[in-house]
Amino acid sequence: MTSSKRGTERHDHKHALQDIMLKYSARRRFMDKIVTIFVIVCVIAAIVPLASILIEVIKNGASAISLEFLTQPPGSLISGRGGIGPAIQGTLIVVGLASLIGAPIGVLAGIYLSEFAGNGIFPSAVRLFNNVLTGLPSIVVGIVGYIVLVLTIGSFSVWAGALSLSIIMIPIVVRVTEETIKIVPNSIREAGHSLGIPKWKITLYIVLKSAKSGVLTGIILSISRIAGETAPLIMTILGTSLFFSSLTGPVDALPLRIWRLASQPYESAHAAGWGAALILVTMFLALSISLRILAQKKGFTVTRTTI
Amino acid sequence: MSSSKEITENILTKSLEAVTEPNYKVSIRRLDASFGAKQALKNINLDVKENSVTAFIGPSGCGKTTLIRCLNRMHEMTPGAYAKGQVILDGINIYDKKVDPVIIKRRIGMVFQKPNPFPTMSIYDNVAAGLKLNGVKDKKMIHDIVKESLEGAALLEEVKNELDKPGVGLSGGQQQRLCIARALAMQPEVVLMDEPTSALDPTASSKIEELVHELKKDLTIIIVTHNMQQAARVSDYTAFMYLGELIEHGPTKQIFENPKKELTERYISGKFG
Repeated sequence: MTSSKRGTERHDHKHALQDIMLKYSARRRFMDKIVTIFVIVCVIAAIVPLASILIEVIKNGASAISLEFLTQPPGSLISGRGGIGPAIQGTLIVVGLASLIGAPIGVLAGIYLSEFAGNGIFPSAVRLFNNVLTGLPSIVVGIVGYIVLVLTIGSFSVWAGALSLSIIMIPIVVRVTEETIKIVPNSIREAGHSLGIPKWKITLYIVLKSAKSGVLTGIILSISRIAGETAPLIMTILGTSLFFSSLTGPVDALPLRIWRLASQPYESAHAAGWGAALILVTMFLALSISLRILAQKKGFTVTRTTI
Repeated sequence: MSSSKEITENILTKSLEAVTEPNYKVSIRRLDASFGAKQALKNINLDVKENSVTAFIGPSGCGKTTLIRCLNRMHEMTPGAYAKGQVILDGINIYDKKVDPVIIKRRIGMVFQKPNPFPTMSIYDNVAAGLKLNGVKDKKMIHDIVKESLEGAALLEEVKNELDKPGVGLSGGQQQRLCIARALAMQPEVVLMDEPTSALDPTASSKIEELVHELKKDLTIIIVTHNMQQAARVSDYTAFMYLGELIEHGPTKQIFENPKKELTERYISGKFG
């Protein structure tokens, strides 16, 4: 008797539960739709500013682009002739030099922190300082660059600009490198050790290779960041209308030139400024995309062998 | 092979204390091991004959993996881990202060529980990794050794036309054989296998067991397994461990049919573990 009574109770519970789940499932589906729409709206809200900036830059800058614009030094501001040749060249040189200094230092420091350092006082201090440096305002870097580098070298110079930019670049690369290397699974390192390969070779040829694309992304990101920095450049390279002459002399750069042109009251200067902005954006879009493609291709080494 | 000779000479000149044990490839004497304060191995004494397969069996936590990792000095790589005692390879104590632990690993190879081929390398490069990164530059020699090792791991037939494909693209069983080939390429004298088939299906497992049978003709193999039937199938000698101690060690037939210790008998008959 008891078993059949319990049986009916269970049956009731089962039905009751099914009813509740049915009612809630309709509500759940409705909430799912609402949240999906909300998320899509947020994505659009995030993309719209970016898209509108790109559109504005293209709209206003396209008319200024010409071969003369890209290769000639600026003429007199009122005449509306001349171009931003020196600025393009200067950006390439200063950013290139900064990357050559910043990337190796950043990667090596990141490797040290993730593979060879423990959690002692020195490594912890390094990590702390690194994190603080990632947030350093670029104008402060500029002032320090001016005092330390410009006054020592005796003039505004490419070196001062490159070194200041590398100070901004290094902490980013260190952080990304350390994080990416930490993600490489330990089983890979153990396999290397079991073959009697010395630790530094395991780190360089096996671990770093696995972390390669992440590290490369970090480097690209930091290059894109420093390419647009104006404040440090104001104080370190001065800007000029001449093409590059020496590493210890002043040089022009795109962010700097854009700022100078935009501050002028002349319409022709503004038009040139838009053109320069378009060039800057295009250059770094191209850099990002081509480095991504390169990293994908080389992400796996192909050995042609048949036995 | 010249580099192996150099390696041997290096170890010989670096080592002082040698206890000669004829016929035994590896002798373990008074070995203790711990992880920080927790002792994992107590006073292990064991001899391993050349060209034999020895199985370490025992319930989880008995120390069999710790023991095998002490044999190629991988144990001390864990932070806080420590080992004390003697492990004698061909008359030389590998725990002697003058011995370089990195060099030992070239003579004693290891295969892990979960296959771990290098993810950024092709099949060919995986097998060649140990050679290339240890300074071997002769391309022909590398080529020959890779071919031999893949053959020795019973993998060559299946991959000979795909050597430049990624190592991680193979099935689990094939990946494990790839790891075995990679270990064999270093021309080791002893191969340690830590539960090599526990991540594999029965077919792949039996292929590996056949392999062990073939390999023992040239090598000394020590295999950790939690599968007693596997130990019975594959090994010549068996060592039973419990809570960090070596309870019993002897020919596999004797351990399984006529164990001397009661604890051994209870484990074998499945009463615990």
